[in-house]
Amino acid sequence: MQIQVTVNGKTRKSEVEDRTLLVHYLRDQLHLTGTHVGCDTSSCGACTVHVDGVAVKSCTLLAAQADGCAVTTIEGMAIQDSPTTSQLHPLQEGFKECHGLQCGFCTPGMIMTAADLLKHNPNPSEAEIREALEGNICRCTGYHNIVKAIQWAATHSTKPEPNQQEEPVVADEHLFTNDVTTGEVVETH
Amino acid sequence: MKPFQYLRPTGVDAAVRDLTAQPDAAKFIAGGTNLIDLMKEHVEQPTTLVDINRLPLATVEELEDGGLRLGALVTNADTAYHPLVEQRYPLLSKAILAGASAQLRNMATNGGNLFQRTRCYYFYDTSMPCNKRHSGPSQGPAGCGALHGYNRIHAILGTESADGNVHCIATHPSDMCVALAALEAVVRVSGPQGERTIPIADFHRLPGDTPQHDNTLRPGELVTAIDLPANGFSHYNSYLKLRDRASYAFALVSVAAALELERSDASGDQISAARLAMGGVAHKPWRKTEAEALLVGQRPTPDVFGRAADALLDGAQGYGHNTFKIELAKRAIVRALSQAAKLEPTE
Ligand SMILES: Cc1cc2nc3c(=O)[nH]c(=O)nc-3n(C[C@H](O)[C@H](O)[C@H](O)COP(=O)(O)OP(=O)(O)OC[C@H]3O[C@@H](n4cnc5c(N)ncnc54)[C@H](O)[C@@H]3O)c2cc1C
Ligand code: SF4
Ligand code: FES
Ligand code: FES
Repeated sequence: MQIQVTVNGKTRKSEVEDRTLLVHYLRDQLHLTGTHVGCDTSSCGACTVHVDGVAVKSCTLLAAQADGCAVTTIEGMAIQDSPTTSQLHPLQEGFKECHGLQCGFCTPGMIMTAADLLKHNPNPSEAEIREALEGNICRCTGYHNIVKAIQWAATHSTKPEPNQQEEPVVADEHLFTNDVTTGEVVETH
Repeated sequence: MKPFQYLRPTGVDAAVRDLTAQPDAAKFIAGGTNLIDLMKEHVEQPTTLVDINRLPLATVEELEDGGLRLGALVTNADTAYHPLVEQRYPLLSKAILAGASAQLRNMATNGGNLFQRTRCYYFYDTSMPCNKRHSGPSQGPAGCGALHGYNRIHAILGTESADGNVHCIATHPSDMCVALAALEAVVRVSGPQGERTIPIADFHRLPGDTPQHDNTLRPGELVTAIDLPANGFSHYNSYLKLRDRASYAFALVSVAAALELERSDASGDQISAARLAMGGVAHKPWRKTEAEALLVGQRPTPDVFGRAADALLDGAQGYGHNTFKIELAKRAIVRALSQAAKLEPTE
């Protein structure tokens, strides 16, 4: 079937199999490999992305269910400050500052979940952060520095919202996120 | 996951028609958080998926009788954080937020939550015998892996069928449904024969000798909404969920307790109405009006609560690893009622 999804500000029209999971569409078809697959059973949270602004697990979601939606992945979190450069999102900065990651496998999911939390609750307590992260599992850090990283982001947030649809964002040197222009419909296969 | 045909109707009648066209092979999909998981494991193998997300069932509406109608497609998160639910039905908010994780609650719908299937590990493993899964050889052998297997999370109530045999000891895993049972919610459905309503107490069923069926819905029927009656017991209520770790696990035992208290004389309060439902202990949310009747007219004391707990647990039977749940459930009831009556803090 054909779906149209706005991913990190860029509208994509793609042909997918009905049974394609959103995470596989993002990773295999759009080559946005920042979204990880840990458990594949909606337990670990590594695959968390935003669909229409809320955090969901993309391993248990059909790409077809996201048809017509706006999706933000970790690649779309950095905030573009000039046509060619972008700044890390405060959460990305926080994870770097506070050693919020070791192997980094869980980090994209942690950041996407935390971004959803900070949207509703810009100054969460430690307990609130820990509770919000119940659906994200980290095998390395013991969570302490992840909590600190999110607290760091909460106190250093100039723009807590990741860019949704308004302006496309450039996050890395990636083939597909690099050459973004607004409104353009891109065919991907 | 096996391939399937994917349909996306925009109206309730069309959705019901799509499903009725192939009642054994088609399934509705809402949030997909349970169904897709089961399809990956080949426990469910629908050949057609009828995506109901475009149906106009995503609103919360006030009812004339003072109640609230929760659309089947409103997400669990939007329901739990809805101002009217938080204000008038805090028990429901607490129960929903005790379940799953933020990302799942963002995706899971109220309709889908009613239908989530058991977490019995043997049910998920198609190489193990399971009467609930079994409807043909493609879904593994018949029998019950849990009965003589590892059954720590399994049921202690309502497991025997009419002939005294036990065919399935799975529990219904929902937190939301336990609160709905205590609040006496009513499920609204639309089907090939038109619309009808089902009281939540009659929606889920005991396994008997047909554990394949979790509920009393007829083929092709679609849940359109859940109605909450006007009385939300918003002053005195508690949802207590006990599990093997502090977060992100299904309940070993959960209790929804709701009370109305009246000042009877200078010496204290008296219970004028009570609701008590349990999760994690049976094939459906477990409620008995006899247990509630023991509370009404009494003072809220641990002794009184204990008698209600004994009545609600009457006939409980353990299967080895889960026998501890009988005592755990009794203590959980006393604690939840104490919290509801504000004799004990909720943590
Ligand atoms: C890791 C994990 C942990 C979880 N922990 C908890 C927990 O602690 N407590 C808890 O309560 N829940 C928990 N859940 C379960 C979660 O709440 C359910 O998966 C969710 O509520 C299902 O809703 P859905 O909309 O995604 O349903 P779907 O997966 O879309 O559908 C489930 C079933 O319902 C049917 N269906 C859906 N909507 C309708 C309708 N309107 N009419 C008729 N049939 C319909 C579908 O055909 C399907 O068979 C957990 C889930 C996961 C994956
Ligand atoms: S308890 Fe029920 S679901 Fe679990 S193995 Fe036995 S029959 Fe299957
Ligand atoms: S990969 Fe999706 S939750 Fe683990
Ligand atoms: S940093 Fe390794 S899993 Fe979290």
